[in-house]
Amino acid sequence: MARFALRRLIGMVAVLFAVSVLTFLIFNVIPNSDPAQRIAGKAATPPLIASINKEWGFEDPLPEQYVTMMRKVFSGDLISYFGRENVNERIVEGIPATFSLCFGAALIWMFFGILFGYLSAVRAGGLLDRALTVVAVAGISMPVFWLAAIFLNYLTYKNEIFPSGGYVEFTADPLQWANHLILPWITLAILYVGFYSRVLRSNMLDAMNEDYVRTARAKGLSERRVMSRHVMRNSLTPIVTLFGLDVGALLGGAILIEAIFSLNGIGQYAYESLINTDLPPIMAIVLFGAFFVVLFNALADIAYAYLDPRVKLGSSADG
Amino acid sequence: MASEPNPEATLAGGGPWLLAWRQLRRDRVALGFLALFVLIVAFVLAAPLWADDVAHTGPDKTHTLEKIDVNGEQREVVNREGKPIGPVWLGAGGKFFLGADGRLGRDEMVRLMYGGRVSLFIGISSALITVFLATILALLAGYYRGWTDTAISRTMDVVWAFPVMLLAIALGLVLAVGGLQIGPLHLSGGSIWIPILIIGGVSVPYIARPLRGQVLSLREKEFVEAAVAQGAGPLRIMIGELLPNLSSTIIVFFTLTIANNMLLEAALSFLGVGVQPPETSWGTMIAGGFDLLTSSPLLTIIPGTMILLTVLSVNVFGDGLRDALDPSSKLRLEAHAGISEPEGTAV
Repeated sequence: MARFALRRLIGMVAVLFAVSVLTFLIFNVIPNSDPAQRIAGKAATPPLIASINKEWGFEDPLPEQYVTMMRKVFSGDLISYFGRENVNERIVEGIPATFSLCFGAALIWMFFGILFGYLSAVRAGGLLDRALTVVAVAGISMPVFWLAAIFLNYLTYKNEIFPSGGYVEFTADPLQWANHLILPWITLAILYVGFYSRVLRSNMLDAMNEDYVRTARAKGLSERRVMSRHVMRNSLTPIVTLFGLDVGALLGGAILIEAIFSLNGIGQYAYESLINTDLPPIMAIVLFGAFFVVLFNALADIAYAYLDPRVKLGSSADG
Repeated sequence: MASEPNPEATLAGGGPWLLAWRQLRRDRVALGFLALFVLIVAFVLAAPLWADDVAHTGPDKTHTLEKIDVNGEQREVVNREGKPIGPVWLGAGGKFFLGADGRLGRDEMVRLMYGGRVSLFIGISSALITVFLATILALLAGYYRGWTDTAISRTMDVVWAFPVMLLAIALGLVLAVGGLQIGPLHLSGGSIWIPILIIGGVSVPYIARPLRGQVLSLREKEFVEAAVAQGAGPLRIMIGELLPNLSSTIIVFFTLTIANNMLLEAALSFLGVGVQPPETSWGTMIAGGFDLLTSSPLLTIIPGTMILLTVLSVNVFGDGLRDALDPSSKLRLEAHAGISEPEGTAV
């Protein structure tokens, strides 16, 4: 376990380093993204640009600029080019909305994904299976933001069933918090429910044909026990890995959903910063997101080893 | 069918492709959705015909101040409040079949057909790029193993750890402003090749990872050993021995990648960092319709429905293809038909 943790930690630092360099290069090497010009705005005069260049250190060699920026990211005094606000504070402000959105949606999609996957696997070929398959494939074939827009139009504007977005602090009013999040949760979950239920279904069908399931049946175990103890347990492991990847990625900001429902979380901040080609917040958000992808990957591997005793954490379980 | 008087006789002689085709031919659902996809392709290919002979306009032609004759009644294409005309179907002889697209008064149907060309073109060509790059990387990593594999796999990890939307948006934004220079080839910021390259590129790890795993296990098989013993070089083993064994997986991934890449294109275009005007795709049409969501919801619903139908047809057909091409899923098919429980337990 200690070796696993250490190896993962080193891997994480390496990946985060590479991701930050990549982000930095995207915004610096590619032409027409002179930050001084952008900060100066439309009324840019050469002396103004020169003074901005000097003040922000854009004339330093690139590696030096990179080191300065990273030092600021980790010391917490990174300032955005536009608005000149503290980036870390702004990200911390966005955390409640983004985390509420992601974990709420994740609960919904895990519950329904497993339920639907289980039902269609045990009734494979039946009417219920076919119906659920149609729903699942339709769910993964939709542009999420499009579904969000339609929900917004018919459930918020035309019939005022749900509020039109915005985020209410849980501590301020738990009911309003949930009420504001229901539509974003459902929209986001629909996409993943389809995916998870299909993966689970096909894993379960594969597992049902394994010898150990036959043995379990031959021992006279009840069908329910065979399904829950033998088939499900093995079929859930890939789901856990997927879950780690997806939640990790979403914590970096569900950009489209947050933008449409104006949740004002990290995703929306990312989008605003991208529009302004405001590198400091983008850098911080990318690192923040990548950190969670790597972290949840490691967590998923731990869960994997717990669910499947054949997997040992110390060995090369990652591929 | 009619050319096979005795199906029993041909059964033994079929190669894996023929067997897969037989399997696929029985899969009515997959074939149905393939037909839907073909219909959609035919629909977008017919764009110039409809534009020239029926609607008599182009996808970018504005008709803001014009009036049209709908069933003998004069109606404004865009009214004083800026609301575009809704679907008139064949009321104006095919003009404005689906109404106008907004303040500019462009023909929604014509734009839908031309936009579909761009969406499909981006989906298919970016998927080709994805699959091409992923296959090369997987072959190199899986064949040479060692440090080549480490280098490729770690690079994939980095792209993988990068929140994919953020990466695509960042690239889209920067390239849309500055364009891209690849050797002697210059792509201007508005070129649709920019979203194609971005979408094709960021999707690579999702395909390269599973393919690499497959190459690694194929690499251990006796037929590779036999080829090595015969003196075959790395290139011949990779292309002559390993690639054919990957082909069915690649084909399946190709279809599923088209579906995913079309969705990614729509998302990027919706955010304004994908297809750039004057080019139109279904994604940019949704973005345009979104501004008029409450007054003309159809402008959002119609292009989105086209994306849904296209991606759905590709996904379902891809699934059928996988069942047909992957021998190990034979069991799954039996289960699908409800005959996997010979024990007769009440499931």
